[in-house]
Amino acid sequence: MSTIKKAALVALATGLGIGALGACSDSGSGSSGSDSKTVTLVSHDSFAASASVLKAFEKTSGYRVKVLKDGDAGEAVNKAILTKDNPQGDVFFGVDNTLLSRALDNHLFEPYQAAGLNQVRPESLPGHDHAVTPIDTGEICVNYDKAYFTSHHVKPPATFADLTEPAYRNLLVTENASTSSPGLGFLLGSAARYGGKGWPAYWTKLKGNGVKVVDTWEQAYNEEFSGSAGGKKAGGDRPLVVSYASSPPAEAIYAHPQPRTAPTGVATGTCFRQIEYAGLLAHAKNPKGGKALIDFLISTRFQDDMPLNMFVDPVNEKAQAPADYRKYAVRVATPQTMPPDEIAQHRDEWVRTWTSLVLK
Amino acid sequence: MVLPVAFFAVFFAYPLVEIVARGLRDGGAWHAGRIGEVLTGPGTGHVLWFTVWQALASTALTLVLALPGAYAFARLDFPGKRLLRAVVTVPFVLPTVVAGSAFLALLGRGGLLDQLWGVRLDTTVWAILLAHVFFNYAVVVRTVGGLWGQLDPRQEEAARVLGASRAAAWRTVTLPALAPAVAAAGLIVFLFTFTSFGIVQILGGPTFSTIEVEIYRQTAELFDLPAAAVLTLLQLVAVGAILAVHAVTVRRRERALHLVDAAGTAQRPRGAAQWALLGGVLATVGLLLLLPLGVLVERSLHTAGGYGLAYYRALASADSGAFLVPPIDAVANSLEYALAATAIALVIGGLAAAALSRRAGALLRGFDALLMLPLGVSAVTVGFGFLITLDRPPLDLRSSWILVPLAQALVGAPFVVRTMLPVLRAVDDRLRQAAAVLGASPLRVWREVDLPMVRRALLTAAGFAFAVSLGEFGATVFIARPDQPTLPVAVARLLGRAGDLNYGQAMALSVVLMVVCALALLLLERVRTDHTGEF
Repeated sequence: MSTIKKAALVALATGLGIGALGACSDSGSGSSGSDSKTVTLVSHDSFAASASVLKAFEKTSGYRVKVLKDGDAGEAVNKAILTKDNPQGDVFFGVDNTLLSRALDNHLFEPYQAAGLNQVRPESLPGHDHAVTPIDTGEICVNYDKAYFTSHHVKPPATFADLTEPAYRNLLVTENASTSSPGLGFLLGSAARYGGKGWPAYWTKLKGNGVKVVDTWEQAYNEEFSGSAGGKKAGGDRPLVVSYASSPPAEAIYAHPQPRTAPTGVATGTCFRQIEYAGLLAHAKNPKGGKALIDFLISTRFQDDMPLNMFVDPVNEKAQAPADYRKYAVRVATPQTMPPDEIAQHRDEWVRTWTSLVLK
Repeated sequence: MVLPVAFFAVFFAYPLVEIVARGLRDGGAWHAGRIGEVLTGPGTGHVLWFTVWQALASTALTLVLALPGAYAFARLDFPGKRLLRAVVTVPFVLPTVVAGSAFLALLGRGGLLDQLWGVRLDTTVWAILLAHVFFNYAVVVRTVGGLWGQLDPRQEEAARVLGASRAAAWRTVTLPALAPAVAAAGLIVFLFTFTSFGIVQILGGPTFSTIEVEIYRQTAELFDLPAAAVLTLLQLVAVGAILAVHAVTVRRRERALHLVDAAGTAQRPRGAAQWALLGGVLATVGLLLLLPLGVLVERSLHTAGGYGLAYYRALASADSGAFLVPPIDAVANSLEYALAATAIALVIGGLAAAALSRRAGALLRGFDALLMLPLGVSAVTVGFGFLITLDRPPLDLRSSWILVPLAQALVGAPFVVRTMLPVLRAVDDRLRQAAAVLGASPLRVWREVDLPMVRRALLTAAGFAFAVSLGEFGATVFIARPDQPTLPVAVARLLGRAGDLNYGQAMALSVVLMVVCALALLLLERVRTDHTGEF
C-alpha cells in the first residue's frame, strides 16, 4: 500500500471516529501547546495547585499555563525521557533525588539558573550545574496508628532499630521497593542509616520480625494499615506502615469534623528525605515561558500554596505553610539523605538484592 | 477490509513495532544478546509458568461457574433478569484497584469467609482465580448466552421426539451449535487472565507475577526497555500460538444455524432441575458478584459521622486539590470517550467481521487472529508506543482527545469481531445467494439478510465495547488529558491520596461508575428488545 493511500485511510478512520462522536468533541486538541502564549508543565499525578495561584501566574507573566499529568512519579519521568526529542511540554516537575540521575544521564533538561534561587534552602540544592531547580521536600517515614499503641500500652517505635524489636513483631507493612517509590525510599533510608554493606543484615532482622510487603502504597495504606481512614473500613490490622511524614496532616485535614490531633503519628527516626526538582525540558517549544514558570514555582506565591495541595514542604526559606498544615505537620529534624549520584550508582543493584532477600 | 487493516496497522502494529525496536536497538546496533539473556534469566521461566497455569485454571473455573449462568439468562425467565444481566457486567468495568479491594473484604482478614469458617484466601492463588471469575463472568454469559437465546429449541425437541435422550439431544444438537461461542468466550477469558495485571498485583501480593506485571515493572519503574521488549515479544508469541490453535479448532465446528428471536426461547423454569439450576446460578451471582459490589456501596456511604451521602456531595466540588475540576465531571468525560470508542470499534470490528465471514483463505485467517492480538499486548507497551510514534505530522495526535477512544477501540474491536463472527458465519449463505440472484446489490444483501440477523449480536458487541472503554485504565491513564480524567483514572488518583474524604470519594466515584455502566447496558437491552418483532 502506498504511503499516501495509507495516510488517507488513517484520516478516514480518524474522521469516522470524530464524525460518530459529533457534538461531544471539543476544540482543545492538536497544537494548542506549541504557541508562544502557552507554557506547558508536565508532571506526575500528584501535582496539584490552587486555581487562583495558577491564575496569578497567568496574570503576571501573560502566559496561559497548561498542566499535563503523566502517571506516577517514575512513569512520568520515563515518559519524559522517551519523548525528549519532541517533548510534551516546556517544564517538567516531579523528578526526585531517587530518579534524578536517570533524567540527567538522558540529557532531559536544559540548564537554567532560576531567579530567586538565593531564597532556596541550600541543603536542597542538587550540586549540579543548575540542570534542575529544587521545588519541594518531603520525608518517607513509618507512620503509626496512635489508637493501637495507646490501647495496647506499647510505646510507638521511633527509629529503624526499634522496628526489629519483639514488641513490634508482625506490625509493619511496607511497599515493594521495586515497584513503589515509598518502598524504594524506605530501602534507601535503611541503606543511608546502616551503609551499603550493613542494610541487608538489617532487612534480614526486619523479615524475621514479620514485616509484610505489598506492591503499592494504596494497598499498604488504604488496606493494611489500621490507622488510615481507608484501612479502618477495610479492616486493616497492621498499625505500622511506610508512608510520608505528611500523611498525618492529610488524615486530619480530610477528616470531617477535623480532629484536634491527627489519628496517626510519625516515627521520626525512620525518615528518608525526598527532594523534588523541576527542569526546563531540552527542545522545549517555549523556553522563555518555561523559565518564567520555573521562577514562579520557587516564588513564595506558589510555595505558600503547595503544602496543602501536594502535602510537601516548601524549599523557599521565606515561604509560610498554611496554618492548617502547620497545626498537624510533624517536624523531622534529621532525616536520612543520600546524594543522587550514590543512589544512581547502587539503586538497581540494591533493589535486586532486596528482592531476593525479602521477597524470595 | 482495507479500513480495519489500516486501522490496526497504524494504531497497533506501528506503535508496537517502534517501541519494541527502541528496546532492542541501541545506537543503530541490534541487541540480540539481550533476548537470550532475559529469556534464560532466573525469573522468566517461573513467571511464564505461573502466567500460563493461572490463566488456564481461571478460564476453566470461569466456564464452569458461568456456563450455567449463560443458560439461565438465555433460556429461563425470572423477575429482575434484565437488571441482573446488566449488573453482572459491572465488575468488568470496575478499576481493578477498587474491585480488588472489594474482594479482599470478602476473602481477606475479617472477611465473610473468615468470620464464617476462619478461611482467609488473600495472597493465595484462590483469591486470584475467584477474582478472575468475578471479572469475566459477564464475558461468558453475554457471548455464549447471546447465541444460546437465539438457537431454535425446536431442533433439540425434534431430536427428543426422534428418540434421543435429553443428554444425547443436547450433545448432538445444542452443544455443536454453541461450541464456537463457548470457544470464543473461553479464549477471551484466557487472554484477559493471561495478561492479568491489577488483580494479580493486589490479591497475589508481590510474590505472584504475570508476564504483564513484569512488563509494567520493567517499563514504567525500572525503565529497562530491552527487557520489556523481550517480554513483550514473549507474550506476543504465546498469545499468537494460542490464537492459532483456537483458529484451527473453531473453524472445524462452525456451520450455518437456524437462528430465532431470543424473546421466544426463554420461559419460566419448569421442573425441579431447572429451579435448582436457577437457584444455583442466582446464589453464585449473589455471592461472587453482588456481594463484593455491595461492599463498595456500603463503604461509599459509611462516613465518619455514620451513614450518609457526604462523599457523594463532595464529588461535586473542586476543593480537594486532586483535580482542577470537580471529580463528578469525569462522568461526562468517560461517557464521551466511551461513545466515541464504541463507534470506532463497531465500524472497524463490524467491517472486519463482515469481511471475515464472507471469504476464507490463509491471509484472512491470519488477520482474524491478528485482530485479537491487542487483547494480549500490554497496555503500557501500547501506551509508550503511542507516545513515541503518533507525535509528528501527519499523525500528530499526542495531545489530541481522540487518542483515548482510539486506544480503547483497539481493545473493544476484538469483542465486536468475536461476538459478531459466530452469528455472521451461522447465517445460511443460500439466503444471500437467493437475494443476489433476485438482483440485490451486495450492500442491499448485507442490509436485508445479514443486518436483521446480527442486530442482536451487534448490540451485544456494542455493550461490550462500551463497557471495555468505560473501564479501560491501563492505556487511558497514559494518554488521558489531566483536565479530562475518566472515571477509573479519577478513582485511582483519589486513592493515591491519604485522608478520609479522598478514600470516601474514591468509593463513591466507583459506585457512580457502576451505576453509569449498569444504566448504559440496561439502555442497550431496551433498544434490542424494541426490535424483536422484525424477524
